[in-house]
Amino acid sequence: MSATYAHPEVLVNTEWVASHAKDPKVRVVEVDVDTKAYDEGHVPGAIAWAWNTQLCDTTVRDILPKRQFEELMTQSGIGNDTTVVLYGDNNNWFAAWALWQMKMYGHKDVRIMDGGRKKWLAEGRDVETAAGKSAPASTPYRAMDADNSLRAFLPQVQQAHKSSGAVMIDVRSPQEFSGEILAPPGLPETCQRGGHIPGARNVPWGKACNDDGTFKSSEELQKLYGAEGVTAAKPVIAYCRIGERSSHTWFVLKYLLGINNVVNYDGSWTEWGNLVGAPVEKGAAKSAGQA
Amino acid sequence: MKPENYSERRVDVNGWQVNLTTYKLGEKWHTKADNVSPGAALARIVADTREDSEARALERARELLSRTKRHEV
Repeated sequence: MSATYAHPEVLVNTEWVASHAKDPKVRVVEVDVDTKAYDEGHVPGAIAWAWNTQLCDTTVRDILPKRQFEELMTQSGIGNDTTVVLYGDNNNWFAAWALWQMKMYGHKDVRIMDGGRKKWLAEGRDVETAAGKSAPASTPYRAMDADNSLRAFLPQVQQAHKSSGAVMIDVRSPQEFSGEILAPPGLPETCQRGGHIPGARNVPWGKACNDDGTFKSSEELQKLYGAEGVTAAKPVIAYCRIGERSSHTWFVLKYLLGINNVVNYDGSWTEWGNLVGAPVEKGAAKSAGQA
Repeated sequence: MKPENYSERRVDVNGWQVNLTTYKLGEKWHTKADNVSPGAALARIVADTREDSEARALERARELLSRTKRHEV
């Protein structure tokens, strides 16, 4: 991996995980939308978190409440000083969501396995099918209050739109961005209108990754995002459909490129695209110079 | 166990790109069909042969993709 990332300590490679997965101070967690992939086979010793039931408030649309987050950590055998390594399918898509949430609640040492599940399998590394054991932590986990500075809520996004006070980066596919489709192909439509927030730039999240699932180099990432006006000079708001793809881009911008003033708008298009009266722009992305 | 014969290939399904990831684990073949962009899993199939696993994953993907509407922009 590149030595020039702003925070290289947040990434570990598959070799590191193979050597440390069963260390007592390390907890490896496979994170996906559900646990189907995990059940087929996973990194030996890893436990599983399902985004749809364990990493969201399942009543109110929100992240996990603090108490539930603490319970999840404790039940997962994670203490405040545990090194947590997250990985998952699809270039660590949902792993990034879990990392974003763990950072909101103040966990110090949480990392991503570069390349995720895909790289682990492609390398022919050992997998096991038995569910990992997660003896509860001996000391109850204590989370900090949620750090909402890592997150954008609707009023902040509306204000940024009105004042052009932030670079809005839409990380969905070009077809979702243009309004041609209302949800990723094959998934249910979850918004009333297609298109994007006026003025948003379109950089699909997966462009940050190589074919093997690892992150692109710092130089490549700077070029990719810099061409769309994403720099440390202006606040950045990342959004997608439900906030998970944009948590991946948030991770890339904050930890790999060192852009501190970036937030994840997890309400995303399922919020904006359903609002009565919200301005919507349709059509393909313009080049940065046309913005 | 170690995964063997890992492969990925792209196929066109009614105008949509689908990525098929297949590998063998033990005596079974595992296939995931995803929608490339963003890469969401449309099907996960386990079968006795590669051919059966991929065919069933594609069948499920085709069924889901047929529900996606293209809108005028």
